[in-house]
Amino acid sequence: MGLSVSGISCVRGGRLVLSGLGFALADGEVALLRGPNGSGKSTLLRALAGLVPHRGQIAIDGRAVDGDARAELIGYAGHLDALKPQLTVAENIRFWADVFGGDPRVALAGFGLAAIAARPAHLLSAGQKRRLGLARLLLAPRRVWLLDEPTVALDAAALVELLHAVRDHAAAGGVAVIATHGPIGIAPALRLELTAEAAGRLEAESDPFLAGAWT
Amino acid sequence: MSTRAAPWRALLGRELKLALRSGGGAGLGLVFFLIVAALVPFGVGPEPDKLAVVAAGTLWIAALLACLLSLDRLFQADAEDGTLDILALAPLPLEAVVALKALAHWLTTGLPLVVAAPVLGVALHLPPAAAPWLVASLAVGTPGLSFLGAIGAALTVGIRRGGLLLSLLVLPLYVPTLIFGARAAAAATAGQNPVPALLLGAGLSLFILAGAPFAAAAALRVNLR
Repeated sequence: MGLSVSGISCVRGGRLVLSGLGFALADGEVALLRGPNGSGKSTLLRALAGLVPHRGQIAIDGRAVDGDARAELIGYAGHLDALKPQLTVAENIRFWADVFGGDPRVALAGFGLAAIAARPAHLLSAGQKRRLGLARLLLAPRRVWLLDEPTVALDAAALVELLHAVRDHAAAGGVAVIATHGPIGIAPALRLELTAEAAGRLEAESDPFLAGAWT
Repeated sequence: MSTRAAPWRALLGRELKLALRSGGGAGLGLVFFLIVAALVPFGVGPEPDKLAVVAAGTLWIAALLACLLSLDRLFQADAEDGTLDILALAPLPLEAVVALKALAHWLTTGLPLVVAAPVLGVALHLPPAAAPWLVASLAVGTPGLSFLGAIGAALTVGIRRGGLLLSLLVLPLYVPTLIFGARAAAAATAGQNPVPALLLGAGLSLFILAGAPFAAAAALRVNLR
């Protein structure tokens, strides 16, 4: 079951960014997506989330996903944190809890934000904003996480919290695709290398998922 | 565990909160409305008879322009900070998101103008008998302005400095609403029957309220891609 992607092609601004990409992840598996700037990592994640037009098939647990199903199955954290500077940390996460369900206090605690819950978001550092953006993923369980550069601006403690969150997600049978440039400390089931020259030609290298490497 | 608000209520509440905290968002339209009304006697002349003739039309045009002021940020801020991407994945139709944001825009921009209109009517020597009709015409017409404006805001969401283009797109579409709204108040000023124009304006607003969320949501989907 898990996530199955086949024949994903995407044209952006008249340029073929992704061409016939395909890969599969079983329950509890994580894929790391790497590649140079402009190779289509963010576009692939946005295509999987249904945020950009594309060709190809995306199936979760054997079911092709459409617009409505995506809302229930996919948790997406792009490079923008979707928070409002006029609201406090608690108000920001509370809004998303009202939309997606879940307990905002649990989400805040998961990324070490409980102590600054009353702080206006415009006073947060870049790393704290990133934590707040990622905390949204902890609100309601989703089968597939799509994370675009989640480690940017995170300190060591936040990075550990992110790894724990991904580990817990995978342990619960969830699937994650993580685009990142830097080291993330994850032993993935799949490494996806996108090459700009080949319009997003995908070179997949399958490795066994090493659960022990999470700790 | 805290009680969860319905998603639509949460979005509406957040929009109102943001408008009130944004400083210049909600109040700007009202101040603009007041200033335009205050400028009219300097341009037209202070004679009560002259002002009474142009009062209804002037207040309607001022309301229309005041509504335009904050429209360009209706979706722009959400597009820039990634909120629209997440809302597109939320269990809330994009059409509902559009409708709620337009409703919040009216509550924070159009409704204060409706409340302030009678006072400005007095300042512009609008006959007392016409004041309720001016308020009624603004009350039924300004929601249409916010919802129609949402289409323009959605069409220009990805465009840098799209405010001017938004005005060029939306102002011509405002003409029928302006005609019926101003006509209802002007008819009351002249001692004629204002009801037909008011009802036509209300019907037009209802048509806009029903259709605009779909048109604006379609435009957002195209622009977000």
